[in-house]
Amino acid sequence: MDLAYLWFFIVGVLFVGYFILDGFDFGVGMSLPFLGKDDVSRRQIINTIGPVWDLNETWVIVAGACLFAAFPEWYATLFSGFYLALLLILLALIARGVSFEYRHQRDSLRWKRGFDRMIVIGSALPAFLWGVAVANIVHGVPIDAGHEFTGSLLTLLNPYGLLGGVTTLLLFFTHGVYFVALKTDGKVRDDARRLATRSGVLTVVVAAVFLVWTVLHAASVGAPALLLVIVCAALAAVLLIASLVANARDREGWAFGFGAGTVAFAVLTLWLALFPNVMPSTTDPAYSLTIENASSTDYTLTIMSWAALAFLPLALAYQGWTYWVFRKRVTRSRIERAAAQVH
Amino acid sequence: MSGHPAQGRIPEADAEKGRRSMDLLDPLLLARWQFGLTTLYHFLFVPLTLGMGLVVAIFQTTWVRTGNVKWLQLTRLFGKIFLINFAMGVVTGIVQEFQFGMNWSAYSRFVGDVFGAPLAFEGLLAFFFEATFIGLWIFGWDRLGRKLHLATLWLAWIGAVMSAYFILAANSFMQNPVGYRMADDGGRAELTDIVAVLTNPVALATFPHTLFASFMFAAAVVISVAAWHLARARNEEIMRPALRFGMWFMLASFAGVAIAGDQLGLQMVATQPMKMAAAEALYNTACGAEASFSIFSIGTPDGSSLIWSLRVPYLLSFLSTHTLDGCVEGINNLNAEYTENWPMFADQLGGDLPFAPIIWVTYWSFRWMMGFGGLAAIISVVGLWLTRKKATRTVPQWAWRVAIWSAPLPLLGSLVGWVFTEMGRQPWIVFGLMLTEDGVSPNVPGWSVLISLIAFTAIYAILAVVEFGLILKTARKGPDPLPAAGDGDTADDNVPTTVY
Repeated sequence: MDLAYLWFFIVGVLFVGYFILDGFDFGVGMSLPFLGKDDVSRRQIINTIGPVWDLNETWVIVAGACLFAAFPEWYATLFSGFYLALLLILLALIARGVSFEYRHQRDSLRWKRGFDRMIVIGSALPAFLWGVAVANIVHGVPIDAGHEFTGSLLTLLNPYGLLGGVTTLLLFFTHGVYFVALKTDGKVRDDARRLATRSGVLTVVVAAVFLVWTVLHAASVGAPALLLVIVCAALAAVLLIASLVANARDREGWAFGFGAGTVAFAVLTLWLALFPNVMPSTTDPAYSLTIENASSTDYTLTIMSWAALAFLPLALAYQGWTYWVFRKRVTRSRIERAAAQVH
Repeated sequence: MSGHPAQGRIPEADAEKGRRSMDLLDPLLLARWQFGLTTLYHFLFVPLTLGMGLVVAIFQTTWVRTGNVKWLQLTRLFGKIFLINFAMGVVTGIVQEFQFGMNWSAYSRFVGDVFGAPLAFEGLLAFFFEATFIGLWIFGWDRLGRKLHLATLWLAWIGAVMSAYFILAANSFMQNPVGYRMADDGGRAELTDIVAVLTNPVALATFPHTLFASFMFAAAVVISVAAWHLARARNEEIMRPALRFGMWFMLASFAGVAIAGDQLGLQMVATQPMKMAAAEALYNTACGAEASFSIFSIGTPDGSSLIWSLRVPYLLSFLSTHTLDGCVEGINNLNAEYTENWPMFADQLGGDLPFAPIIWVTYWSFRWMMGFGGLAAIISVVGLWLTRKKATRTVPQWAWRVAIWSAPLPLLGSLVGWVFTEMGRQPWIVFGLMLTEDGVSPNVPGWSVLISLIAFTAIYAILAVVEFGLILKTARKGPDPLPAAGDGDTADDNVPTTVY
């Protein structure tokens, strides 16, 4: 049974990875209307995540598969329960993914504008809905004795859930704009730094309310890890402010790094507030899904542990190498040169 | 295999059954249509990823080894087609993983302990690998050394092949559950032997069968594109070797498909004899010459109104047992056997032949699968003859046209093959353990599934048009002219920069 607790945190770490990585992808996508004044700058922005967006999105597939394997009950209740929200996320991810690939295939402005719009919506919708989903998991939803979700899409759109959605939307936006500033040059880079300051201030306000609310919620349900919840929430807040300071001082790498840390500690705050439940029931606490009653057998978890131990560090190593290979900024002149080559 | 107590929902399921059959908002029916639609749609892109990845890797390897720029041009051209297709494979794949939980939550609860592990391995080992190295390949042309850049494509392809293996191992558990035991309360299947799950004999046969079929489709696309250019006398020095390569690759892959398919047939008889009986619409057990295989039949193949059929004696016996005097069990006999084994499921399902799949679907999909694949191979044989070095006459226009239009044949074969193997498993979702109707999410209302079915159908239809248009445009434009290869120190000198 101890392995189930380990897997609660491994799944948490996988979602931390997903939200850090696809989080900045979402932010980069959402920044297009603010920073992409012409086609070259829009291409500059999109190409900052060109080699990695697919890899970053893979994290949700891996997190989802590990959730399925380690906690089949949790996976089944969550995915069938949050049906329409997940449908919207899927449709958005489809639209966004193909847009990256299709946008540059024709040299018509109308064609490109259509896909730009799909990238923006396809980034904003999941950025918002993931926050709604995770906030609702922590807050608890109506679940019956058979572990079935009995609410609807509207159940999820409660104040705490909506605030969670707005928080992730703003957090991913700012995190993505830091990334644009880090990976571009010229006007796009300057604009990105200014935009991050403005969106960052708004993010601090919203995130502070959300984190305090989360801590109060954890206290009210008697979360056993309350002290850690508070520590993580405080760290998330400190790192968010640190990222803004770094951005103001033109330290883009630090700003992005602190932004990633903010996402990590925000997700950890939620995960610890959830512990040892995985999906609390608001119908009756006795119906809650917990680490113990939702997990797979020890044998399955043992095998999964070995697989994760062997392959997760390896995956991190070659993914890190990818970021190293593509460490250079996407310059305006590079885009212009490549565009000239095609014609 | 003994009968297990069924899932606790049987009384309600029975009560609902009468209503269900008339209900257009039947969540089960809609969920099945959605899974079938999204899976087949996903599989439009998978074979090209698996097959074209290998073809492009071979082209690029040839370029790196010989320095002959025409192989670089082929790499770039088919690489573009590969990538247009790849994005679709990725995004439609996420739908597949989410759908188990969204639409089949009861199934997910029941098998998650077993079925989840290969999916998790697929993600941890294969998907990360594939996604990382494909990004490096696309954008690494001018950032990595030539050999390292080539290696990234091979690694991405290996990732794709590994993912195919794991997902087929997961599917094979549904066809032939192994390496598990039932939990004490009968509520779920629990993994007891991961090695058994990963070396499921059905998986070992399905994997090469699927993989070689994917190679056939990539070969067909290469043949089609090359033939289009050659028919117009364009890019001949590049397209002729591509055409010949495509046709040889097609034949080699066809041999692989046939050998693996034969093995898969033997496994099917051993593990799911009902599927083999349904493939032939064989109602009563037959032996020796009586165990014949009908190539074609007129009338309904349900045995009642057969007008005429072309039959090869002994062939079914040979396919099923590799002997001429073997016996093949019939649908009626198997149904009686299954009814004895699983009386509760028989009661729940009702009807005359509760354990038989829809026979006309299995009968015809089995034949169309082999027909499409065989036809594609025959076209390559003829093509190799017509384009041989010593050929005295030029290739007639009709032959080019056949080659151009033959592109979808192996893909159609793969798709009806999946229809056969999945429809042939019915009424089971996991053979012998759980019925499909017990696997569906009980709390997702029909209208929700209808919304998602309409949404997926609409977005998939639009994207199919866009995707097909882009591939056509790329294929017709043909290879980019490239600066002469070879004398620069870095790859930068003779390969273009890739940007979105």
